[in-house]
Amino acid sequence: MATTAAKARQDLSTAPSVITLRGVNKWYGQFHVLSDINLDVKLGEKIVVCGPSGSGKSTLIRCINRLEEHQQGDIVVDGVTLSNDVKNIEAIRREVGMVFQSFNLFPHLTILDNLTLAPIWVKKMPKKDAEEVAMNLLTRVRIPEQANKYPGQLSGGQQQRVAIARALCMRPKIMLFDEPTSALDPEMVKEVLDVMVELAREGMTMICVTHEMGFARAVADRVIFMDRGEIVEQNEPEEFFANPKNERTRLFLGQILHH
Amino acid sequence: MTDAMPVGERRQLAPPTVDTGAFGWARKNLFSSWGNSLTTIVLALFFGWLLSWFLNWALFTATFDAKTGAECRGHGACWALIHEKYRYIFFGSFPYEQHWRPLFAVIAMLAMLVLSADRRMWNKRLLLIWGVGTFVTFLLMFGQLHISIGLILFVALAAGGLGMILHGTIASPAEINGWRALAAIGAIGLLLRLFGVLPAWSLAIAPLSYVETGLWGGIPVTMILATYGLVFAFPFGILLALGRRSNLPLIKGLCVGFIELIRGVPLISLLIMASVMLPLFLPSGMTIDKFLRAQVAVILFAGAYIAEIVRGGLQSLPKGQFEAADAMGLSYAQKTTLIILPQALRVVIPPLINTFIGFFKDTSLVLIIGIFDFLNTANQALVDPNWAGFPGEVYLFAAFVYFCFCFSMSRYSKHLEIELNKGTRR
Repeated sequence: MATTAAKARQDLSTAPSVITLRGVNKWYGQFHVLSDINLDVKLGEKIVVCGPSGSGKSTLIRCINRLEEHQQGDIVVDGVTLSNDVKNIEAIRREVGMVFQSFNLFPHLTILDNLTLAPIWVKKMPKKDAEEVAMNLLTRVRIPEQANKYPGQLSGGQQQRVAIARALCMRPKIMLFDEPTSALDPEMVKEVLDVMVELAREGMTMICVTHEMGFARAVADRVIFMDRGEIVEQNEPEEFFANPKNERTRLFLGQILHH
Repeated sequence: MTDAMPVGERRQLAPPTVDTGAFGWARKNLFSSWGNSLTTIVLALFFGWLLSWFLNWALFTATFDAKTGAECRGHGACWALIHEKYRYIFFGSFPYEQHWRPLFAVIAMLAMLVLSADRRMWNKRLLLIWGVGTFVTFLLMFGQLHISIGLILFVALAAGGLGMILHGTIASPAEINGWRALAAIGAIGLLLRLFGVLPAWSLAIAPLSYVETGLWGGIPVTMILATYGLVFAFPFGILLALGRRSNLPLIKGLCVGFIELIRGVPLISLLIMASVMLPLFLPSGMTIDKFLRAQVAVILFAGAYIAEIVRGGLQSLPKGQFEAADAMGLSYAQKTTLIILPQALRVVIPPLINTFIGFFKDTSLVLIIGIFDFLNTANQALVDPNWAGFPGEVYLFAAFVYFCFCFSMSRYSKHLEIELNKGTRR
């Protein structure tokens, strides 16, 4: 499976960068959570970020859409440099979709309303058009029949697929996934991963924090290993899993692959 | 039976039956042992005796028709007193032959409240209902309304400005232009008025004789103070709660200071401030109606309490809700009105209604500054020497009326909770 996926991968050497991080540093109080991060993400590239708990991987992707503020360095997303300007931040957030570990659907709105909210209010899309887009996306994540239910009536896997569809409704250039399958029961992980693989095949730029190594092998162009706030190692998945260079990477892979 | 069935082919069994029906329930809960049976019987006898005594007093030996209190003596309850005084208790010193006006004002307010209780009305129609209801109520109470051109222009400016702020991020461009136009008309008109270009004209609607607020009393006063107090205090409290969570130190400081200050003093002292101290600070010749001052005091006081309740609701929301709204690119106003408040307010319905009920009754404190609300007119009815000696009947009657209002609020809160939580169970 890994080899066929590798063949399907597009050539990214000429693709332009959509996300650039230069010397990014962040502290929580005294704790240095991101130290001197440099990262270049090409248009259409799929990156999987892994690493032990507390290594700063979630913080890294949450800095990209300003859910967290970095203290040093530059982050450029789609040509816009992140600053404290609200207009700037909102412009970037329109281009960057995000999927959370705990789904974060809005429980007081129906599935359809969850999906159409941002297109209607942020993009000023007419309600009818927004609903059409939403229904198309619900069909794509294979739950159109749930459109008029509330999030609380759906299973975890279904909720996460709705969350992916909700992010896609804004037609983002970039998708960020923050451990999308960690809160799911094992039998629901696959249905969410399937949707993500499909999305990757369509050429979406993705940064995905996950420990699903099968997913990394199948779609990632690059796997990044983080530990203690640094990018310790990054490589193509075959190389990354076959012979990790760094001792810490080997230790981590040994722990997660051996059970 | 069950063990005879092989694993994987088990039928779904019905749950075991329990003692059902009234008889079964009673045997299980009331007569399960000798001690319980004895307690049940003793308590039943006691309550039976209490009820028979009350019915005897309130119905069988009661006087319903009497000219003076003297005829009631030696009998049970003196309901003739209520019959004699009910119009004063309900409407206070309002001119007697004009009592139909407060009556219809109360009906208008009740209609307004009942209509807005229906969730299907929670849209633009609500503004219409309250506009018409408020206009009718105050026209009936005052008899004459003189609306100056300055006030009309100010309302236009305020409504336009508010529409721009609230709808600026969540409406179509055409709608925003409408609000802008309204605000511009208000602003330009006010300027023209200020420079004397527009004359000091006022719209006079005067179909009835004028009745000043000093003569108002009874149920309309209680209802106006409570309804408008809470209607204005509610959005004010929400703004205070949001301000208290603001990242801007100045706004946060002001809100915290205001809430702590207001919560730190009793309502009575605020009322006395409004009635005695405030006029001292006003320039000479300028007066503000006493009723209005009491109303503003109630609004400020209730606002501080509501703010803390709403803050509780805001804090109960998981952080992920804020983050999801942020990540979608919603602005602060959109996030707050579309995502955060609908959920936060739902959580705080019970404590909110609790506060509403409290303030409905607390309005009686306006007696301290010489305004006669329902409880105070009831109290006043006892002063008549012809009917001295029957406080129980009057207070029981007042309690009954208060109970009707408060109990309906409480039931409505329950209904609203169920209604709003339909399908949204997590």
